[in-house]
Amino acid sequence: MALLEVKGLGLEFSSPGGTVQAVNKISYDVEPGEIVAVVGESGSGKTAAALSILGLVPQPPGKIVAGEISFDGQNLLDLSEDEMRRIRGRRIAMVFQEPMTSLNPLLTIGRQLTEAMRLHLGLGKAAANDRAVELMNMVGISDPQRRLGQYPHHFSGGMRQRVMIAMVLSCEPELIIADEPTTALDVTIQAQILSLMQDLTEKLGVAMVIITHNLGVVARYADRVNVMYAGRIVEHGTAVELYRNPAHPYTIGLLNSVPRLDRPRGSPLEPIPGNPPDLTALGRGCAFMPRCRFATPACGEATPDLQDVGGSHVAACWELEKIRSGKAA
Amino acid sequence: MSAYLIRRLLGAVVVMWAVATLVFFMLRMVPGDPFLAMVFDTGDPAAADDMRRAFGLDKPMYVQYLKYLQQVLQGNFGNSIYGSGIPVSQIIAEAFPRTMSLTLLGFFMALIIAIPAGLISALKKHTAIDHGVTVVAFLGLSMPDFWLAILLIIVFAAQLHWLPAIGYVALDQGFWPWFSHLIMPAIAIGTPFAAIIARMIRSSMLEVLKADYVQVARSKGLKHSYLIFMHAMPNALIPVITVMGIALALLMAGAVVVENVFAIKGLGRVLIQGILNRDYPVVQGAILVVSVIFVLANILVDMMYTVIDPRIRYQ
Ligand SMILES: Nc1ncnc2c1ncn2[C@@H]1O[C@H](COP(=O)(O)OP(=O)(O)O)[C@@H](O)[C@H]1O
Ligand SMILES: [Mg+2]
Repeated sequence: MALLEVKGLGLEFSSPGGTVQAVNKISYDVEPGEIVAVVGESGSGKTAAALSILGLVPQPPGKIVAGEISFDGQNLLDLSEDEMRRIRGRRIAMVFQEPMTSLNPLLTIGRQLTEAMRLHLGLGKAAANDRAVELMNMVGISDPQRRLGQYPHHFSGGMRQRVMIAMVLSCEPELIIADEPTTALDVTIQAQILSLMQDLTEKLGVAMVIITHNLGVVARYADRVNVMYAGRIVEHGTAVELYRNPAHPYTIGLLNSVPRLDRPRGSPLEPIPGNPPDLTALGRGCAFMPRCRFATPACGEATPDLQDVGGSHVAACWELEKIRSGKAA
Repeated sequence: MSAYLIRRLLGAVVVMWAVATLVFFMLRMVPGDPFLAMVFDTGDPAAADDMRRAFGLDKPMYVQYLKYLQQVLQGNFGNSIYGSGIPVSQIIAEAFPRTMSLTLLGFFMALIIAIPAGLISALKKHTAIDHGVTVVAFLGLSMPDFWLAILLIIVFAAQLHWLPAIGYVALDQGFWPWFSHLIMPAIAIGTPFAAIIARMIRSSMLEVLKADYVQVARSKGLKHSYLIFMHAMPNALIPVITVMGIALALLMAGAVVVENVFAIKGLGRVLIQGILNRDYPVVQGAILVVSVIFVLANILVDMMYTVIDPRIRYQ
């Protein structure tokens, strides 16, 4: 049985400009110990969908309008705030995008690292401290005992993200959600952090949902990938399927906009033209149509559903045939 | 840290000197003569000259000034010109605890009311409680302190007879007598301050609740009360500490006015009578003491920063 199953999740925000359809009936699942990626440009609803899992979407303005989030057989949307609180940090933990602002400036690293263990695992001060030292070693922070007594401003961005990783691992959760964990970091540090997360999740058997806007990252670290556009999942498959054989024009565009090892050095990167649509005014047709070079007038008539393109690979596009034969040619 | 402290204290000495000098010369520019007023009844200018000599006020201004500085450095504020010529230090020693009691009580009363009010209105944003706090805060802000003082006297002393209308009882006479005399003036001076602080805390708390680290704390499953008191509140209080030094000065200024309404013989009384009588040494001494308090309070506030916010270190 899947560890996490998101089924038809719909989330809206009411805003002065109208109702924002941030997440539009998305479904995906995560098996125990697996790394699943959610990829898309900024504004496609990745964070909103992730926060819904932990019940952290501010309501209002947010409102979950459809679907179910089943974790270990239990619909999280049915739980009370107190039951949900016992799951957060304990069974599902989250790493956020901005390490520089994710730690409380007034509390020591030690305090922030141990508070969840003391609460969820009932550890005493000494036991929690010992485990904190162990975790700091694990994420590669040297001189842990001294570092635990320091404050966040003594740590660089990369070091803070290591602390965050130690923090999410502290209660041995079954699922980690990592929301663009390296976007705010230097390129050299990004790879270090991602490998660290991959190693640790593998070693500890933790499942992970990794959110990113960089398909290149995904190919290296994820088992399966969901591509999100304008609140919908438009393509899903294994990392290999998507990387070798992208089906949806948006995925193809994403791949052409990041450097790839399997293409000649110096071949130009092509950003996808145009901008993501206004989520308050989605039409009935395919949301990607205005930016799509394969689009036909028929694409504006209705939104395509996900269709099989072989194996576990699915994509939501009216012109899949044409694109596939075009690529083959 | 200690180097920083020494620098600050040296700075304080310079400020004190500037205040002393300014007050010295400003007082002497005020028209009127203390002695002519005193001998007005008898109309004997020779007697006034005698007294002027006795206080050294017949000498050139710069000689008086240097003499005054020398005295102050020795901790001597001189004697009151008016009345029986008692030492200014004695007058201040009597008046100072009253003003300080009133100022500090006003300060703490204001914080005790404002901090919970501000926090609750942030946590219950846009509810009836929040709107209630807002209305009360704006009322408090728009009422002049002396007017509120009179209103309190009318209600709680004259009508209800719950509290004494005027006067002061020292703390060593017991807590309640001291407190019951000071509570109304303390509320009168503390109310506008409380209103400002409550609004400040409301907006800074709303800001903090949106901060990433609060979101992170939530994602760890921390209990709501722990999250509010350990993670959010300390951060929300930082802006309040910045204004505390100035607030204390404003409260003291308020105390000086409101004391007169409640017939508390504090520094305000001393100052006003001193000025009316052109009693130079008394006014100089009282203002010097007030500014010492102000300067020290500001240093103290800056020190408190380092305790609360680990990012701030003074070299
Ligand atoms: N708290 C909120 N209030 C109103 N709109 C929001 C809020 N959070 C997100 N949104 C909107 O939802 C959409 C998706 O946002 P988000 O999930 O942050 O995208 P991503 O993480 O993919 O960049 C955006 O249009 C954003 O403006
Ligand atoms: Mg995001």
